[in-house]
Amino acid sequence: MTTLNRTPAKLFAGTGLTLAAGSALADYTWNFPKPVTPIGRDTLSMHNQFMVIITVLFVVVFAIMVYSMIKHRKSTGAEPARFSGPAGALQWFWVLVPFGILLFIDFVLMGIPAFHAVIEMEDTRTKADMVLKVTGLQWKWKYEYPDSGIQFVSTLTTPREQIEGKEAKGEHYLLEVDNEVVLPVGKKVRILLTSTDVIHTWWVPQFGVKRDAIPGFLRETWVRIEEPGVYRGQCAELCGKDHGFMPVVVRAVPEAEYAAWVDKKKAEMAAAAAGGDRTWTKDELMAAGKAAYEKNCAACHQPEGQGLPPAFPALAGSKIVNGPLLSPDGKLLPDSHVDRVLNGKTGTAMQAFKATLSDADLAAIITYERNSFGNTKGDMIQPAQIKALR
Amino acid sequence: MNTATHTLDHHDGHGHHPTGLMRWLTTTNHKDIGTMYLTFSLLMFFLGGAMILGVRAELFQPGLQLMKPEFFNQLIGVHALVMIFAALMPAATGFANWMIPLMIGAPDMALPRLNNWGFWLLPPAAMLLTMPFILALFGIGDGAVATGWTLYAPLSVQGGIGVDFAIFSIHILGISSIMGSINIIATILNMRAPGMTLMKMPLFCWGWLVTAVLLIITLPVLAGGVTMLLTDRHFGTHFFNAAGGGDPILFQHLFWFFGHPEVYILLLPVWGLMPHVLSTFTRKPIYGHTAQVWSFIAIGVLGLIVWAHHFLTAGLPVPALLYFMYSTMSISLPLAVLFFCWIATMWRGAMSFETPMLFAVGFIVLFGIAGLTGLVLADVAADAQYHHSYFVVAHFHYALFAGGIMGVMTGVYYWLPKWTGHMYSEKLGKLHFWLTVISFNFTFMPQFFLGLAGMPRRIPDYALQFAEFNAISTVGAFVLGLSQLIFAYNVWRCVKGGEKASDRVWEGTSGLEWELSSPPPHHSWDIQPVIKTS
Repeated sequence: MTTLNRTPAKLFAGTGLTLAAGSALADYTWNFPKPVTPIGRDTLSMHNQFMVIITVLFVVVFAIMVYSMIKHRKSTGAEPARFSGPAGALQWFWVLVPFGILLFIDFVLMGIPAFHAVIEMEDTRTKADMVLKVTGLQWKWKYEYPDSGIQFVSTLTTPREQIEGKEAKGEHYLLEVDNEVVLPVGKKVRILLTSTDVIHTWWVPQFGVKRDAIPGFLRETWVRIEEPGVYRGQCAELCGKDHGFMPVVVRAVPEAEYAAWVDKKKAEMAAAAAGGDRTWTKDELMAAGKAAYEKNCAACHQPEGQGLPPAFPALAGSKIVNGPLLSPDGKLLPDSHVDRVLNGKTGTAMQAFKATLSDADLAAIITYERNSFGNTKGDMIQPAQIKALR
Repeated sequence: MNTATHTLDHHDGHGHHPTGLMRWLTTTNHKDIGTMYLTFSLLMFFLGGAMILGVRAELFQPGLQLMKPEFFNQLIGVHALVMIFAALMPAATGFANWMIPLMIGAPDMALPRLNNWGFWLLPPAAMLLTMPFILALFGIGDGAVATGWTLYAPLSVQGGIGVDFAIFSIHILGISSIMGSINIIATILNMRAPGMTLMKMPLFCWGWLVTAVLLIITLPVLAGGVTMLLTDRHFGTHFFNAAGGGDPILFQHLFWFFGHPEVYILLLPVWGLMPHVLSTFTRKPIYGHTAQVWSFIAIGVLGLIVWAHHFLTAGLPVPALLYFMYSTMSISLPLAVLFFCWIATMWRGAMSFETPMLFAVGFIVLFGIAGLTGLVLADVAADAQYHHSYFVVAHFHYALFAGGIMGVMTGVYYWLPKWTGHMYSEKLGKLHFWLTVISFNFTFMPQFFLGLAGMPRRIPDYALQFAEFNAISTVGAFVLGLSQLIFAYNVWRCVKGGEKASDRVWEGTSGLEWELSSPPPHHSWDIQPVIKTS
């Protein structure tokens, strides 16, 4: 284990760091982050109440034990008693009282508020103002707004250099994305969740909401954000190698600002769709392809196309990438490069990218892959061709 | 109390057993097999511990320093599988092998050859589990199972050959456990000394009887679940694939129908052992023997019907959420009976604090924290915040390290003089206890706060606000890991020699096992003792 050999040095360096960070420790959170939804507030107050209850239980029970440990020691000359079970009314009383107290705590003190909280948490439909659909992908989130037709994919933007320690880490290290989800303040948002590959879990701690996104099924939850702000969370279910690198960022804004954002986003989408209809030059495709590749493909196939075999094959020199583009009459060839990118490969992490990427991005990525990393196919594919193949 | 009449038979009736390696390969003696189980368990404990120290080293600071996320995911999953199946379960089986025949006055286990086979399945299973790490060094496959020990589909359908190795390893470990359980049930039901009715049977045997029944009920379900996973992976079935009419959540139901009782499978032998230790060091009879027996049974039954609280965020219907919440909470009732009996056993005794007693008290307090946090985890609404977070990681390490491993250590210190005929070093034992308890809390207490602050589990890198607690936890983990070397040294020293232990070993002992010599003869209870009803 080479990893372990380096540990003592690291340990030492880090202890110093911890001491230096003493001031940061002062404003450390010892409890849930500030809740901003009704469910979040409920959860926090319930949690606080439960913590008081279990702390009291802990202290009372172990105070009795510690008293006994001090008082009934052999070294103090204590003579052991001989009793081995409840006998007489007083002893039965002492046996049944704790039992009764616990029954009351379980099913009344904790059980009743818990019952109401569950009913509230699961009531996703009553007076819902809008719907947000969340789809988990390895390893990013796709968001859709069925009311306005807006959809986009949200990906981590923290640079590789920060993760590998070559650059100082930013304020929102690992909790920053390219496209934030924007939601209006004060509206009840019904959230539908699903996944295209494995199980993910959508979690924003300040919302008090955590729900699994399960491939092939819809799950739901809801939020009503009460304060404008940016709220950050993460995927909470182990979903493969980049599980730790698929954050959730939600920006809550006043309603007017939200309406403006919807208009802006719609215009952007119209422009992107228009890009799919015109003819692109190869240079344009290569430039757009490099950017889109690094965002969508490089995590697995690596920036230089060498991949991480055997799970994530190399694209450099790959038979599939260097195979024919389309059939002579312009049809999709099974198991060809274009087929893989559009439809993925079942049973692996290679997903069907036609579900998440635009025609222009797909065409650009395919063109880029065929003419980079030492691949010299020289051909290209137009967004319009992709559109026809969908 | 029970008294026994017996004759110690010091000469060996069957003198012609093989020596050297063949002795261990072919032995059918319950003491030899118990020793092999315990030795194997100790080795695996260090292997699983080394893996998690790699993980903690990576988590010492934000950023990826030591390993790739793929390798990190392999370490966390194999750590859990090794600790649960190859360290804790064999330790408990080792105890059962050594102690059940001594405690009930039986000459050996009921099925000695099955016993040998059950043990010798373990090393190949452990090899299967860890072999993908080595194969990957030679460029074969992409390493061990990287899905966490829960093997959730469809992530496990997608995984590499490590998943197949893990599936076969689980099959073999399961067969071994079922054989062990059959043997223990057969021994307990058929070979008790005359006069030892079930209700008079020592609590350790009762804890194991319930464990063995739970294993036989639940292991086949796990075996079925992972077999379905295997056919989904290689033979085109769609049990867990919605596109083919399956359901990924089905796997979670199958897994946790085994997985939740598994927690009690690991803990019941320890709960059975505790009253013996407490009674010995308080010099006072066990309080509430019958109540504890019924609590074991109640916990076993309840443990079988609460499994879905492990995936309350998966989107279950409201009635199911309420049912699993209240049924889970109700486990606190029989558990409270156990705590009550433990403390009542201590009450008005004449206590002394040798190492086993220290571990027993440490166990009660820290396992208390596991129980209380388990109670709040049962709450569906609050669970939405705790679930999949470090809060859960801390909770189950209080249950399975403080409850399981420290419980096993209690048993080792308590019985080691009986097994070896020598006293261990009390000084080293106490040092081991204090280092363990303090570093354990430094390791896992910060993880409760990490979970509350919103750190998900199973991530190789984390946001900056989690840095301080992770650093503390890592330092704690290394001290905790290194402290266990003292334990290994102390055990080794005790096996080699040391002050002679008396037959009764401790002042306050009671029970058949203490009437044999220390160490007991190779074949004990050749003449069956009789329990007189007083």
